Amino acid sequence: MKTRELVTTRRGLLTGLASLGGLAVTGCSETVPPTYGNLLRMGDLLNYKAQRLLLSTGSLAREYDHRDISSVPAVGTTDPSDSKQGAFSAERGPLYDRLKAGAFQDYRLSVEGSVARARTFSLAELKRLPSRTQITRHMCEEGWTAISEWTGVPLRTVLEACGIRPSARFVTFRPFDEQADSIDMFDALHPQTILAYGMNGRDLPIQHGAPLRVRVEKQLGYKSMKFLQRIVVSDGFEDGGKLGNIQNGWSWYAGI
Amino acid sequence: MAHDTPIAVRSSGHAGWVRLTHWSIAMAVLVLAFSGFVILKAHPRLYWGNAGNDLTPALVELPVSRNYRHGGWTTPAPFYRDVGSPVSAARTFDIYNENGWARSLHFLVAWFVVLPGLGYLTMATLTGHLHRHLLPGRTDLARGSIARDVALHLRLPLPRAPGGPPYGVLQKLSYAFVVLVALPVLVITGLAMSPAVSAAIPILPTIFGGTQSARTLHFLGFSTIALFVLVHLAMVLLTGFGRQIRAMTIGGAP
Repeated sequence: MKTRELVTTRRGLLTGLASLGGLAVTGCSETVPPTYGNLLRMGDLLNYKAQRLLLSTGSLAREYDHRDISSVPAVGTTDPSDSKQGAFSAERGPLYDRLKAGAFQDYRLSVEGSVARARTFSLAELKRLPSRTQITRHMCEEGWTAISEWTGVPLRTVLEACGIRPSARFVTFRPFDEQADSIDMFDALHPQTILAYGMNGRDLPIQHGAPLRVRVEKQLGYKSMKFLQRIVVSDGFEDGGKLGNIQNGWSWYAGI
Repeated sequence: MAHDTPIAVRSSGHAGWVRLTHWSIAMAVLVLAFSGFVILKAHPRLYWGNAGNDLTPALVELPVSRNYRHGGWTTPAPFYRDVGSPVSAARTFDIYNENGWARSLHFLVAWFVVLPGLGYLTMATLTGHLHRHLLPGRTDLARGSIARDVALHLRLPLPRAPGGPPYGVLQKLSYAFVVLVALPVLVITGLAMSPAVSAAIPILPTIFGGTQSARTLHFLGFSTIALFVLVHLAMVLLTGFGRQIRAMTIGGAP
């Protein structure tokens, strides 16, 4: 009797370990960012879990007055059609160039994945949806901050227009340059998470992400991805592979 | 001469929890200083208020990396027509930035200050260590006693000191400052810079005068800790290095 119990326990343990290993390798049914056995990524995961546990996910980032609006540097990709920039995409760069030449009249944002009705939105369609304007602080991982006014449609409104499946856990952003990034549903459904098409009372400038960028106000600036082309809703965690933060040595979660 | 002087006071030595938290925090502070410096190098400008970047004036610029006063900006374009309108410019300079690992290391190792620090403060309060050994008493603050302790520290060789409490008044003041003021301010100004923490607890950046003020105070707080560590190490060396290290590691009454 006792021996059998022991064997069962050991087998259970081995099965458990094997499936854990499997999860770590495939990563597709994961509900947390993978660490690839890297100690720093484990620390990132710890801080993600600690912040989600200890902090209210619904709290709003501070909003400022018009007179607080400051100068703001444009860093990272400042034009996806410029082949000299580091994250230039040979596939989507020329497409961006054509859209830019046509003042983004032909731009379509694609929303796909774990939604009931995958569809595309033109800029005019997005601007017809209820908008939100917020004056918020952009905190760059480098250490600088800037306060700007952003106008756009809440991501939640766009996702709900497509019907979010109950199993959906993450939202991945695919821009016109060679990057990919995702946020969890807490941040995706947050009222200040908007798809911005306006900045400081005018159309979003090219160098700040025209025609559409996301604002994720409770994370560092690099999560507010510019030049959005596609939004993919998923049930499991997707780290974006070589285009994402984790495999490039950066924390996926940047609320800290 | 110093070796002939008997130690004036008996010490109970350092308690186990003091030794454990001392080394966890000491090692973590070392790694935090290193990773913090790497983070500072990415943007070696300090500001006051909530907004501060290369296109706004700095309080101070530190010449610590190739990013120091780097040019490499396109012509600034104003957002509004008014004079003094905020501007935007694109960076054309390839900056030094190792924040991918430096930030993650900084925030991982910070746990080794925060958790032992909370444990230390709890134990120090419950056991009376804080009251008996760290907070200066009436005799410590009596007229002339601080001046006497300063005078004692200015003469070499320093008298031998026991490895552990009771402490002199300068020791008490500097230890109490580190555990009750400097380290908590460092942790709290650090948290005040976090976008998620500052959203959940909006008062955090506000009490320091803004996110960038918190960043500047974080740097100043670190500078006082660095100064403390230098003086602390010098005192350990000058008052009987072997006995001091033994008392803080294997313990026992020296």
